[in-house]
Amino acid sequence: MRALVPLIAVIALVLLVFAGVQTANMQFLFGVVIPYAAIAIFIAGFVLRVLKWGSAPVPFRIPTTCGQQKSLPWIKQNKVENPSGTLGVIVRMALEVLVFRSLFRNLKSESRDGGQKVTYGSEKLLWLAGLAFHWSFLIIFVRHFRFFMQDVPSVLKMVEGMDSFLQMGVPLFYMTDAVLLGAVTYLLFRRFYLPQIKYISLAADYFPLFLILGIGISGVLMRYIYKVHIVGVKQLAMGLVTLNPAIPEGGIGVVFYIHLFLICALLAYFPFSKLMHMGGVFLSPTRNLSNNSREKRHINPWNYPVHVHTYEEYENDFRDKMKAAGIPVEKE
Amino acid sequence: MAAKLPKPDELAAGIDFRPPKTGWMDTPVELKEGMFCWGAKEKNLKAVSFPNARDWSPKEKDWKLPENWQRIVLEGMADRLQKYRSFKLFMDICVRCGACADKCHFFIGSGDPKNMPVLRAELMRSIYRREFTKAGRIMGSIAGARELTLDVLKEWWYYFYQCTECRRCSVFCPYGIDTAEITMMGRELTNLLGLNIDWIAGPVANCYMKGNHLGLEPHTITSSVEFFLDDIETLTGIRIKPTFNRKGAEILFVTPSGDLFADPGTYTAMGYLMLFHELGLDYTWSTYASEGGNFGFFTSNEMAKRLNSKIYAEAKRLGVKWIIGGECGHMWRVLTQYMDTWNGPADFLEVPKSPITGTVFDNSKSTKMVHIAEFTADIIKHGKLKLDPARNDHLVVTYHDSCNTSRGMGLLEEPRHIIKSVCNNFHEMPDNTIREYTFCCGSGTGLNASENTELRMKGGYPRANAVKYVRDKHGVNMLANICAIDRATLTASMDYWVPGVKVTGVHELVGNALVMKGEKERTTDMRAEPLPGKEGNE
Repeated sequence: MRALVPLIAVIALVLLVFAGVQTANMQFLFGVVIPYAAIAIFIAGFVLRVLKWGSAPVPFRIPTTCGQQKSLPWIKQNKVENPSGTLGVIVRMALEVLVFRSLFRNLKSESRDGGQKVTYGSEKLLWLAGLAFHWSFLIIFVRHFRFFMQDVPSVLKMVEGMDSFLQMGVPLFYMTDAVLLGAVTYLLFRRFYLPQIKYISLAADYFPLFLILGIGISGVLMRYIYKVHIVGVKQLAMGLVTLNPAIPEGGIGVVFYIHLFLICALLAYFPFSKLMHMGGVFLSPTRNLSNNSREKRHINPWNYPVHVHTYEEYENDFRDKMKAAGIPVEKE
Repeated sequence: MAAKLPKPDELAAGIDFRPPKTGWMDTPVELKEGMFCWGAKEKNLKAVSFPNARDWSPKEKDWKLPENWQRIVLEGMADRLQKYRSFKLFMDICVRCGACADKCHFFIGSGDPKNMPVLRAELMRSIYRREFTKAGRIMGSIAGARELTLDVLKEWWYYFYQCTECRRCSVFCPYGIDTAEITMMGRELTNLLGLNIDWIAGPVANCYMKGNHLGLEPHTITSSVEFFLDDIETLTGIRIKPTFNRKGAEILFVTPSGDLFADPGTYTAMGYLMLFHELGLDYTWSTYASEGGNFGFFTSNEMAKRLNSKIYAEAKRLGVKWIIGGECGHMWRVLTQYMDTWNGPADFLEVPKSPITGTVFDNSKSTKMVHIAEFTADIIKHGKLKLDPARNDHLVVTYHDSCNTSRGMGLLEEPRHIIKSVCNNFHEMPDNTIREYTFCCGSGTGLNASENTELRMKGGYPRANAVKYVRDKHGVNMLANICAIDRATLTASMDYWVPGVKVTGVHELVGNALVMKGEKERTTDMRAEPLPGKEGNE
C-alpha cells in the first residue's frame, strides 16, 4: 500500500520528537537546531531548484492558447486567455496563481447509455478543495507572524479578526483551522476513494498530506485542548528570529514540539518534492508567455544549423521532369 | 494483418474505466494489434541519416537495438533536460491531482489508465527520478522511481505513439503541464534508437527529398492541379491558370500536400484555386516547398526544422513579398510557435498586406505568413466577394476546431466567420468540445495509418460523439474543419461512428458559395452533388 509507508513515516516522526523531548530532554535540538537547519535547507533547496529550472532555456514560445488570438481588428481578442502582451500574461498568471484558473475549468467526462453518449459536466470540487486548502494554509501562515513580532501589526490583527468572526468561546475559533483540516481530509480521501486517482497516487502524494494533517491536528490540539505555555512559545520564536535562541524556562509542552518538528520536516522535504509546484507554476512556459511569436521573433539560444535538402539539390534531382511539366528552373 | 476492428457499439460499450488490480509499474505493457503502427523502414531512416536504420517489427521480441541503448536514452534525456525548461519543470512539479485524467481522447475512448496524461508522463518521470534525482536513486519505487528496462522502453514507445500532442490536458492542468512536451521528448528519445513508426518516417523521407509528405514529384503536382482545373472548368466554365515556382509573384502559397491527393481535401484545394483566381491574386505555388505540414515535428525538433526550412528558402529564392498558408492543423502550430525561431528572421520578406483590402496583418509581422482563414475572413468582411450561401443549403454544417490552431494559436473566430458567410445552416457542437476544449480527431501526430485503426477509432470517439449529438439534434450532415489530417481521418471516424456525416475543408464551402465573374450557372457543388432546387436539371 503506497499510503502506508508515508503514514508510518509521519507517525515515526511524531514518536521521535515525543521521545526526544519528553524522555531525553532534547528541547534545544528540536526547538533550535532542527528549526534552523530546516529553514536553511528550505531556502537553499528552493533557490537551487528554481535556479536549476531557470538555467534551462525556453527555446520555443509555447503558450497554451485558451481563447481567441490577436487577429483582424474586428475580431475580439481574448487578452487574458490568449495574451499578446505582458499585461495579459500578468493577469493570466495572477488568475492562475491566486484562483487556480485552469483547475476551475475542470470537467468530468461521463459515459452514458452503454457509451452511446459522453457528457462533460462541470466538476468544481477539486478546485474548491484546492483553493480552500491553499488559502487557509496561507492565512494560517500569516497569522503565525504574531509569534515572530514584538508588536503585532494591525494588518495581522485584522486578518485574525476576520478569521475568527464566528466567535465561539475562548480561545477564538479560527475558521481557517477547520477549513484546512477539512480540505486536506478531502484531498486525502479522494486519493483513497476515486479509482483513477488512487491508481496514479504515489507515496510522495500521501506523505505531504499526512504531514500537513499532522501539523494541523497538533496545532488545533495545542490551541483548543492541550494548552501549551504560549508566552514560552513567543519567547522561543523571538529568540529564533533575533538569532538569540534560548529554550524558555518552565517548558512549553510536548505538543508544541511535535507541531514544530512536523513543520520542520515539511520545510526540509519541500525543495525535493512535488511541493515545488509552488515555485514552478511561475515558470511554466505554457502559461507565462505571450502568444506573439508571429509578431516578434522568439530566440532560441541553442538554435544550430541543420542539414537541409536545398533547392539546388532538388532541381538537380528533377530538372528534366520540371522542364517537361513547364515549371521554370534555375539551370537549363 | 491488423486485428479485426470491433463494431462501434461493442467498442463503445466495452470501454472499461476500472484500473487493473496491479499497480501501473507492475503491469507490463502488452502491445495490442490495432493500437500501434508498423516500425520505421531502413530506407526511410537512411534518407534523413537517422541512427539505427534497419527494418524491424514492433511485434517481434527483438527490436534490434544498439547494445548501449540505455546509455543513448539517458544521455539523450540529460541533454534535453538542459535544453528545455518545459521538460525539466514538467518532470518535477506534477502533483498528480488527476485533473488531466479524463481530458484525453485516448483515455475516454480506451479506459487504459496509461492513457491518462498524468500516467503517460509518469512513464518518463519514473525514469527521470531514478536517474536524475537523489531521492529516486536511494528510495527506488517508494519515491516513484524505476529502472529503464526493455519493457519500459517498449511501454514508452507504445504510449508515446498513442498521444497526438493535442494539448487538451494542458488547458486543464493547474501548472500548465503539457503532455505534448513530454511526448515530443519521448519521440526524440525513441528516434535516437531508430524506433520511429513508418507512417511518420516515410512522409519525413519523402518531404525531405521531394518537398512533400506524399512524395509527389514536381510534374505530379502540376498534373494533379490540372485535374482540379478540369473539374473547376466543368463546374463553372472558367479555366484557371495558376503558376508554379514563379519568380516575382507577390505571394507564395503553401498548403499540406494531402489536399492535392485525396478527397475530400482535393475539394479544399479547388476552393483555394477558385478563390485566388476570383481575387486576381498575384501568387504562386511551389513544388519545392510543397508541404505545409511537418511530420518532422512528430520525430524530433531537428528534423522538423530541416523540413520547415524550405518555406523561407523558397520564399527568398522566388522573391515573393509574403506567404499564405493553407488549412492545416499542426502546420500552424509549427508556423506560429517554431518556424521563425528555427529558420527566421525572414527579413527578406515584407509585412503581409492584403492586396485586395489593404489590411496589414500585424499579428504576423515577423513570420510574414498569414493563415488563409485570416486572409479570407478579411476579404469577406470587406465585402470583396460575391457569395451565394444558398449553394450550401443542402449542407447542415458543424465546425471542428483543430487542436493546434485552437490551443497553439487561438484561431477560433476567423473560420467561423467564413462558414457563417458561406453557409446558411451552421450549428456548434457542445461548448465543452469546441474551441480550446476541442477534441483531437484521434489520428494526429502521424498516427493516421491503417494498421492502428482501432486506436484511431478509440481516440476519435469523443469528437465523433459530439458530432453525433448535433447530427441527432440539428440534422448536421457536414463536418467542416481547417486541417488536412482531419479531412483524411475524420472521414473514417464519421463513417465508423456517425454514418451520414461527411467532412469538408472550409474553403470547399467557400468555393461552393463563390459567385465567379463570368461563370456559367452551376447545377452541382464541387462534389458533383446536385445543388438544392437544381436536382432535375441535369
